[in-house]
Amino acid sequence: MKRARAEILSTRKVGAYRSITLVAPEIAERSRPGQFLAIAMPEGRSFILRRHFSIHQASRRGGWAGTLEFVVDPSSGAGTGWLAAASAHEFLDVIGPLGRAFSYPKRLTNCLLVAEGRGAASLFFLAQELVARHKRIDMILGGRALEAVFKPIDAKRLAQTVAVMTADGSLGERGGVLDALPEAAARADAEVVYAIAPPPTLKTIAAFCRAHGLPAQVAIEERMGCGFGLCNTCVVPVARKDRSGYENLRACVDGPVFDPSRILWDRWLGEPMPAPTVEPEPATPHGGDEP
Amino acid sequence: MSAAPSLAVDLGGIVLPTPVMIAAGCAGTGRELAGLVDLRRVGAIVTRTITVTERVGSDVPRVAESPAGIVWETGLQNPGLDPFVSGELLRLARGGARIIVSIGGETLEEYVRMTSALQGRPEVAAIEIHLSGRDDELDRAVLGAHADRLNEIVGAVARMSLVPVFAKLPGACDDIVGLARTAVRAGATGVTLLASPPALGLEATRDRPRIGIVTGWLSGPALKPITLRAVFDVAQALPAVPVIASGGVRTGEDAVECLLAGAWAVQVGTATLTDPAAAVTVAQGIVRRLKTAGLASPAGLRGLLQPPEPVATEEDPVPAP
Repeated sequence: MKRARAEILSTRKVGAYRSITLVAPEIAERSRPGQFLAIAMPEGRSFILRRHFSIHQASRRGGWAGTLEFVVDPSSGAGTGWLAAASAHEFLDVIGPLGRAFSYPKRLTNCLLVAEGRGAASLFFLAQELVARHKRIDMILGGRALEAVFKPIDAKRLAQTVAVMTADGSLGERGGVLDALPEAAARADAEVVYAIAPPPTLKTIAAFCRAHGLPAQVAIEERMGCGFGLCNTCVVPVARKDRSGYENLRACVDGPVFDPSRILWDRWLGEPMPAPTVEPEPATPHGGDEP
Repeated sequence: MSAAPSLAVDLGGIVLPTPVMIAAGCAGTGRELAGLVDLRRVGAIVTRTITVTERVGSDVPRVAESPAGIVWETGLQNPGLDPFVSGELLRLARGGARIIVSIGGETLEEYVRMTSALQGRPEVAAIEIHLSGRDDELDRAVLGAHADRLNEIVGAVARMSLVPVFAKLPGACDDIVGLARTAVRAGATGVTLLASPPALGLEATRDRPRIGIVTGWLSGPALKPITLRAVFDVAQALPAVPVIASGGVRTGEDAVECLLAGAWAVQVGTATLTDPAAAVTVAQGIVRRLKTAGLASPAGLRGLLQPPEPVATEEDPVPAP
């Protein structure tokens, strides 16, 4: 783990997201798929805590050696919005690589990779490493609409098959990644599942994998305080190995990659909130308060 | 100019190389800060609060951010006394920092048991008494906000302890000077001002079906003026008592303000979560100020701020009437 003042080499739009490439050789050479970066917010703004982003690419060799790429969703809050507007040659205070990485299967070869939205960024890093280890990979990519599906074309270069799912049907099939899961798992003859998605989706993926006896690894995206293990706030309740209850493990240092079969999902996510009983307000004919 | 000022401070029996500590719950368990800060350059670290038995801690969400600070609640997650003493404490000590152990509990007996277990441990430089636990016997929200309880607990810990004892007084109470006086009369070496006040944060994320509620404590920049007032009032009333300022200290200037108000040392908490080396940069900021002022030690700043009129400094002259 290193702290660096890293220069932004470039930023570019990738669908609904912004991809940011940094020059940070010491962090890049240590980075592995599933790990993340903690990026400080600027002085004098209303954000106190760092923001955390999984690593999309870490180039150790070649013309891009020493660079790191991560992906932000500009719509996910003011802090991230600030970062999405940063431009080349600005400097960021970066700590990384943080957290435990995905592990690669030694014997099993057929890997199914599932991601929803921005989470796909770190699955691409994983996919490359798995392909380099002669694994077969298949992917399911999801998003609310076409632009929220991360790099579907690139996925086709890495994976044997790619199932694309959008909530509105604007790309691929209409539906969520869960709808594609049974068929994709069968088609790929999946032996292991890797997933990054919002927790409720991961919960269902975990249940599927358990029902089918599939080993799985999930990277969770819990809101973090510090990102390096100090504040004890990004915890996930995980069953103890000796089966004596559970312990709250920190997603930042004990994760973000976990074995989903050990996560106590209901304790972690709470029971779903009952559906609202109030009638939704009718849309105003004049479109809100715009002048 | 004389030689570089020394930052060493003596807090009633514990000598620290700098007056800047890392506050309870922000220094990790001995692994996290490796490579991010040299703990030998930190005045001391206060451990996360330890309880007699393990606490698994509260459910998520545990943190909500606001412009003024963070609202947090960990439910005092910790491994319990024995695993702490045999594991975490030794690991922290290997990092080279002086260690102040924060002890928490709900009953007098728990505090006594912990003090007894820490007695004679060479790694422990001092004890800080966490008093924000619930007082179930008296059905009160915060243990340390009441003089009778404070007197009982601090008295017992101070009588047994072989190292200095600091009482961390509650962030929301009626009479901070009265509580400080009670703690000192009961035997505390000094006081840490203040514990985080109770707060509530809401967190909506798109990934969750409902809004998260963090019923916890406030930390961060919002606290500095509150800390300064408490430090000032207590230092005025009890000038011989070591006062440690905690809450809202992020920069060297913040620390200098606390020292001017009468603090003997400061703790850096939330700032460490963003800048792991904050305790070192804050100390560097104090050195710069001492050099500018031509002072030899942080004690030279202590209490320069006097009522009713603040002492003028070069940067901030008092305007002519």
